[in-house]
Amino acid sequence: MVESLMHRNPLGRTAGRLAMVGASLALGVVLLCSPAVRAAETAAAGEAEHAVEWKSWKAGNSIADTASLQRGAANFTNYCLGCHSLKYLRYERLGKDLNISPELLRKNLMPAAAKPTDYILSSFPKADGEAWFGRSPPDLSLITRSKGTDYVYQFLKTFYVDDSRPTHSNNLALEGAAMPAVLSDLEGVKRAVFSSATGGEGKMLERFEQVAPGQLTAAQYDAFVRDTANFLQYVGEPTQVEREGLGIWVVLFLLVFTWFAWLLKREYWKDVH
Amino acid sequence: MAGNNDSPLPVRTGFLGWLNKRLPVDVFVRNQLTGYYAPKNFNFWYFFGSLALLVLVMQLLTGVFLTMHYKVGELTAFDSVEYIMREVPYGWLLRYLHSTGASAFFIVVYLHMFRAMLYGSYKSPRELLWLFGMVIYLALMAEAFMGYVLPWGNMSFWGAQVIVNLFGTIPVIGPGLVEWIRGDYGIADATLNRFFSLHVVAVPLVLLLLVTLHLVALHESGSNNPDGVEIKEKKDAKGNPLDGIPFHPYYTVKDIVGVGVFLTLFCAVVFFMPTFGGIFLEKPNFEIANPMSTPEHIAPVWYFTPFYAILRAVPDQQMGALLMALSLVCFFLLPWLDRSPVKSTRYRGWIWKSALTIFVISFIGLGYLGLEPPSGLYTMLARIFSVTYFAFFVLMPWYSKIDPVKPVPERVTNDHG
Repeated sequence: MVESLMHRNPLGRTAGRLAMVGASLALGVVLLCSPAVRAAETAAAGEAEHAVEWKSWKAGNSIADTASLQRGAANFTNYCLGCHSLKYLRYERLGKDLNISPELLRKNLMPAAAKPTDYILSSFPKADGEAWFGRSPPDLSLITRSKGTDYVYQFLKTFYVDDSRPTHSNNLALEGAAMPAVLSDLEGVKRAVFSSATGGEGKMLERFEQVAPGQLTAAQYDAFVRDTANFLQYVGEPTQVEREGLGIWVVLFLLVFTWFAWLLKREYWKDVH
Repeated sequence: MAGNNDSPLPVRTGFLGWLNKRLPVDVFVRNQLTGYYAPKNFNFWYFFGSLALLVLVMQLLTGVFLTMHYKVGELTAFDSVEYIMREVPYGWLLRYLHSTGASAFFIVVYLHMFRAMLYGSYKSPRELLWLFGMVIYLALMAEAFMGYVLPWGNMSFWGAQVIVNLFGTIPVIGPGLVEWIRGDYGIADATLNRFFSLHVVAVPLVLLLLVTLHLVALHESGSNNPDGVEIKEKKDAKGNPLDGIPFHPYYTVKDIVGVGVFLTLFCAVVFFMPTFGGIFLEKPNFEIANPMSTPEHIAPVWYFTPFYAILRAVPDQQMGALLMALSLVCFFLLPWLDRSPVKSTRYRGWIWKSALTIFVISFIGLGYLGLEPPSGLYTMLARIFSVTYFAFFVLMPWYSKIDPVKPVPERVTNDHG
């Protein structure tokens, strides 16, 4: 009797697998549904192929590129620090992580009165921000963590002229942005041409038109924004390079450990029948 | 307890002899490990109990060190978490181990619970074992929820708002109860302080007590196994189960392999994708709690989303909260809803297998839908899955009885893969 049952067991064992197949099926069903829904939405919006898909622009940055981070730090100091702070980061840490010598740090990145252990704080008065822009410029320490690095990249590349705004500028990534187009000296001034068809998600950008040139070419400005976004990604989590470097060794150790553990288990289980 | 507890104890002299006269170390090791017999046919699904214990210990240890640097309070909490991430040596590692550990805990516990359903481990004589497990699960949900509030991010704040308000749907006492839980008229400093106290002191103590009871109950009845055969019914001349092997060394060495595989996957997440694409650590939680700014889309962390989807699927909030509570109560009743004479799915019929498959699809489907913003199609899917979720439990007394079961072998089948 036991013999005959032994034959039947492989069938019974499929039960576990069956449930696992079920689980993957469930995931499959819902995952299949989501692109379908999105496709339907896009179709409803219409003329999607004519629009500039700025929402899918990627920063394409690399956190391991120290030279890019150094350029980004310089960009931030020259163009952002006037209004925005990085209140969780100290100058000293910045220098150490980005391979900037204390002398260069003091000469190029730090205000004269600052100590290396100071946090990177803007001297912009909070009350002025509220009076001039309706809100004080936000701290940018965690902007890439809360919004994403690509968002910062998109934000800095989608300013356009809008005379209906008190700042005479607007932004696609942040509609009605309080921040003026402060980088227009570099980028030049752009006009946004929207398609006449109104989509489901508001205005659809057809193209940007250059109204006035800036100091940088389009490619140079793109690199400028990429470096700046890269730097802000570093600021969001200064340990990320160290984290991945350590992670490789931890995972390698665990793989070796698991292999030895398996050998030990096999040895012990030789006498289990 | 299970196993042969008359096996001789080692002869001890010196310090160990002195110690054993005063503390039953050897007796405990014999009764619970070397003389505790577990079925020899455990498979993949049996790793998750020991892994849950591992994650519990890891959460306690990392939690102790995080508590040394975390500063409770609505003005200090958020900054202190960033301080841990940036200025405490290896603080980022402690924090990621703890935050990833929370998600890992639920993954492991869900697989552990699914194992019990797959092999009927909740059935007699293990009903109480199952109930202790379910109370652990509830305590874990409370622990995770309150821990989630502590970093005082914007999603912490609004998630707490939504979840605490659910208690307000209880008739008569609801509104007063919500105020009592919060300690204020809104989620505020008082709420954060009490959640810290509960997260760090009260609930961990309850969890440790419950886990102890869970293990004592397990060792009293002995483990079930993939065949659902009671190994204690067939014993050798010495009184040891024929299909059992001592837990130590056999399952200790086997579980260490499981620990290795688990930690490899776990550390890959901790070191290379600690936010897990915004699922383990959500983007809005990198902004400080702001009562004036609601996140675009409020969703609880992934491990609560099956229940959240049920809540949202019901148009009436009070009814939704009631069904959400019932969806948890159903699990408690499982040992009495299941009328099958057979424990393991291996020897059950197509009806049970289909029901279990549909349930798994519903649970995972609801989990996915709970993460997504509601839309017409999604709400409809959530309703369908909610119905199948409840149908699994409500119809069980009937379908588990008429299910065409197969004969169960007298001994376990030799599968210890």
